[in-house]
Amino acid sequence: MTVIADPKAPRIPRSGPGRRSTRGNTELYAWVFMRVSGVLLLVLIFAHLISNLVVGEGVSQIDFAFVAGKWATPFWQVWDLTMLWLAMIHGTNGMRTIINDYAEKDRTRLVLKSALYLAFAVVVVLGTLVIFTFDPCPVGAPADLLPSFCSDI
Amino acid sequence: MTATLENTSATTSGARSEMGEVPSFQVTLRVQRYLPPDDAAPAEQEVGGDAPGDARWDEFTLTMYGTDRVLDALHKVKWEHDGSLTFRRSCAHGVCGSDAMRINGRNRLACKTLLKDLDLSKPIVVEPIKGLPVLKDLVVDMEPFFASYREIMPFLVTSGQEPTKERLQSSEQRARFDDTTKCILCAACTTSCPVFWTDGQYFGPAAIVNAHRFIFDSRDEGGAQRLEILNDKEGVWRCRTTFNCTDACPRGIEVTKAIQEVKRAMITRAF
Repeated sequence: MTVIADPKAPRIPRSGPGRRSTRGNTELYAWVFMRVSGVLLLVLIFAHLISNLVVGEGVSQIDFAFVAGKWATPFWQVWDLTMLWLAMIHGTNGMRTIINDYAEKDRTRLVLKSALYLAFAVVVVLGTLVIFTFDPCPVGAPADLLPSFCSDI
Repeated sequence: MTATLENTSATTSGARSEMGEVPSFQVTLRVQRYLPPDDAAPAEQEVGGDAPGDARWDEFTLTMYGTDRVLDALHKVKWEHDGSLTFRRSCAHGVCGSDAMRINGRNRLACKTLLKDLDLSKPIVVEPIKGLPVLKDLVVDMEPFFASYREIMPFLVTSGQEPTKERLQSSEQRARFDDTTKCILCAACTTSCPVFWTDGQYFGPAAIVNAHRFIFDSRDEGGAQRLEILNDKEGVWRCRTTFNCTDACPRGIEVTKAIQEVKRAMITRAF
């Protein structure tokens, strides 16, 4: 039977991998970020949904021209960019904690987290690129692939 | 006046005869028993992991009374049916915290759970608490639990000259941490925590509760050090506020609230 040590005695090192001490404020900042970004995302996402689906003609207004029109203004570019980054970091951090909670082996954790961070990088890079370099009427493209309003310019 | 007296004597004698009749009933107890690992296949029991191959289930049908607790049923089994049944208990009155076990899927003290409060139409399932290595039957190795407890320095930390009298404290200052002084270290909370079940690395609610008891003590000066210890990857930030610990605590400590207060203290310190 295990002998119960004196409470003040130095801790007996655990068998197995033991707890790796990771003091630092990373987890604290991650926790605060989740709360702050959560509140911001509520505002950002609901304004996004209302402006797209409720205001004006509603759902039927969404087409290529509608999206092109939104991304022509810096306001919606910044809005969508903030939404993209906050949602992706918020979601990735949430998935990271779920992996930490459920994956027991270090190797499983490594594989799952690598896949997660790769997905994060692809979506964020691609999304950011599209928001800033979006051109509805690229020069030299065949006319039948372009929306009707490009011919008006 | 005479009538009153007659009435009183009638009711008391009536009550006495009612009190004598403690209802008895049949109880089926389904207890998880330990199977020692085969010599051929050495034990590969992981800390925090279930080992389904290392257990069997025994059922005992007993005649128990309305005043009996699960601990009394276990005693009856050990004393009259199967002396090899192994479990921990010391005071048997909910103070020492030795007999925390999983009864019908919930962590409770066997000495505080009355049989009549459970569903007696089905067998009462008794298992060891989860997440700690089982030594035998209902006895688990508490060492990982106490290691986390020691790590948060559960003793008064002060500096300077020792006062000649006692260290004074107002009743408001005492009330600040009153709830967390009630902990009896039974491990019901820590072993009800799904985060602790995963790999047993999380400090666990009990360690945080006992850190809270000193962090918010006006006489103590080790608060910053304790917050530093719990600001770990495996510290308070792994808490997912599932409230399992608050539900499990036999002392009614608001465990999740205490953990949140430690988190808040860390955030106000950092910003």
